[in-house]
Amino acid sequence: MRRKGFLGAYAWLVYLFLYAPIAILVVFSFNRGRQTAVWEGATLEWYSSLMRNDLIQTAVRNSLIVGVVSTAVATVLGTLVALALGRHEFPGAGFTRGLLYLPIIIPEIVLGAALVTFFGVAAFRLSLVTVVIAHIVFSISYVAIVVRARLSGFDRSLEEAALDLGARPLAAFFRVTLPLITPGIVAGALLSFTLSIDDYVITSFVAGVGATTLPLQIYSMLKVGVTPEVNAVSTLLLAVTVVLILIAQRLQQAPAERGAS
Amino acid sequence: MKKGQDRRSGWTGAALALPTWLTLGVFFLLPLAILFVISFGQRATYGALKPIEDLGAYISSGKFLANYARSFHSIYLQIFWRSLWMAVVTTGLCLLISYPVAYYIAVVAPQRRRNLLLGLVVVPFWTSFLIRTYAWMFILRTEGLINHFLLATGLASKPLELLYNNFSVLLGLVYGELPFMILPLYASLEKLDRTLLEASADLGAPGRSTLWRVTIPMTMPGVVAGVILVFVPSLGQFIVSDLLGGAKTILAGNLVQNQFAVARNKPFGAAVAFELTAAVLLLLFVYARYTKRKGQDVLL
Repeated sequence: MRRKGFLGAYAWLVYLFLYAPIAILVVFSFNRGRQTAVWEGATLEWYSSLMRNDLIQTAVRNSLIVGVVSTAVATVLGTLVALALGRHEFPGAGFTRGLLYLPIIIPEIVLGAALVTFFGVAAFRLSLVTVVIAHIVFSISYVAIVVRARLSGFDRSLEEAALDLGARPLAAFFRVTLPLITPGIVAGALLSFTLSIDDYVITSFVAGVGATTLPLQIYSMLKVGVTPEVNAVSTLLLAVTVVLILIAQRLQQAPAERGAS
Repeated sequence: MKKGQDRRSGWTGAALALPTWLTLGVFFLLPLAILFVISFGQRATYGALKPIEDLGAYISSGKFLANYARSFHSIYLQIFWRSLWMAVVTTGLCLLISYPVAYYIAVVAPQRRRNLLLGLVVVPFWTSFLIRTYAWMFILRTEGLINHFLLATGLASKPLELLYNNFSVLLGLVYGELPFMILPLYASLEKLDRTLLEASADLGAPGRSTLWRVTIPMTMPGVVAGVILVFVPSLGQFIVSDLLGGAKTILAGNLVQNQFAVARNKPFGAAVAFELTAAVLLLLFVYARYTKRKGQDVLL
């Protein structure tokens, strides 16, 4: 029993290690002092100064555009390919799996280098469009994995029953399969959006002038110097991603819980 | 199922996969192929590619391998060596720190708290690596929290240089990669058949020998997956070494980035990128062989 208590205490220490730095950052984003390591009372001043900062406003807008467009495309493509892998035997299924694993496996820096070289050779001007393309490339796999997991989480006999009862394949898909996998699709989309608004490495290669996203903006700010605004904007980005992740997490857990009850 | 139905299912499957094939074919495989070709080229004075007049002569003179040969100069070997040992140490530390945590979540913690504990690992897993790295920059820098504390309490008379050294980079790497080790370990510990642990205990094995002879061998797939998930990104790391290491601890990832963004020597950057990729793929090949032997379930 004593050993169990010891293990629990150790686990909470590791959690402290994981969360303390983030917590410190968040707390100090409300610090009145400019000299950022000394607490001088609470203020929302840095948040309101973000609202007046044109560079940050533009970066937020760019990040949202890229996030929404790349997520929309990646979610459709990822869902379709997950359906292919989960419900059909087709030539090239093995190749498709490998193709989906590769973007996750290859170091980000290699993907960034490959894309910027390709855009150069193909005479694509670097812009928000090239950022969107890059984000679609690395998001498809994650959507596919999440939707695929959802597909294998429920019984195929439900669809077969619909077909046996005379439903046309498309009707069976829209009235049985799609409603069942919707939580997986939404979870995949949320993760894709999170990856998109968080990405720095690949985006730094393929973003042209005027296509600065929020992580790029944060990076260039903290390269110049740590300011309270950096803490505030980081806190906002953290808050958004944490909310999205928690929703995605709930959606992914849903089938198991229902099965248990 | 009837033959005809099978064939139709095949066509539907291929049609559903087609948009992904096209997208990843054009914007992923093709760029990688181009990068590979360029890694054998040479740059012209202003960072453009030098046109090759006589391909036969270029190849027979061995010039096409110049970038790869250059990457074996001692200055670059030093960078690769640093990347390698840092990735190895990071992976080892992550494994040591994570195993007891994963064991606690999966086996020891009360059932009702398990989801919360797991969620607390999942959140950093998905949140911005950049911001999590920046948090340490905020804490460790000369005017940072730790130095402020040390000066205020009189434990130090002048600020310590906590940033821009091997220690700060390793700390950042371990911190950043930890969730990627805990999650796969948890997944395999959670699947572990509890009755086996009880059987081992009932037959009189002391706790330690159950751990070494039952638990750890049975969770090897999780260990291997975690090692890959931590080692691969550590090897290509770029943000941590840039923010917490500065110019003194350049890693292979920084070398690639530098060749593309600053030095404008894309062919050399491409060659280094492919050496990195080759190392990663070799590792994954070993992993694939391993999982095949174990009959592991896969994600897709």
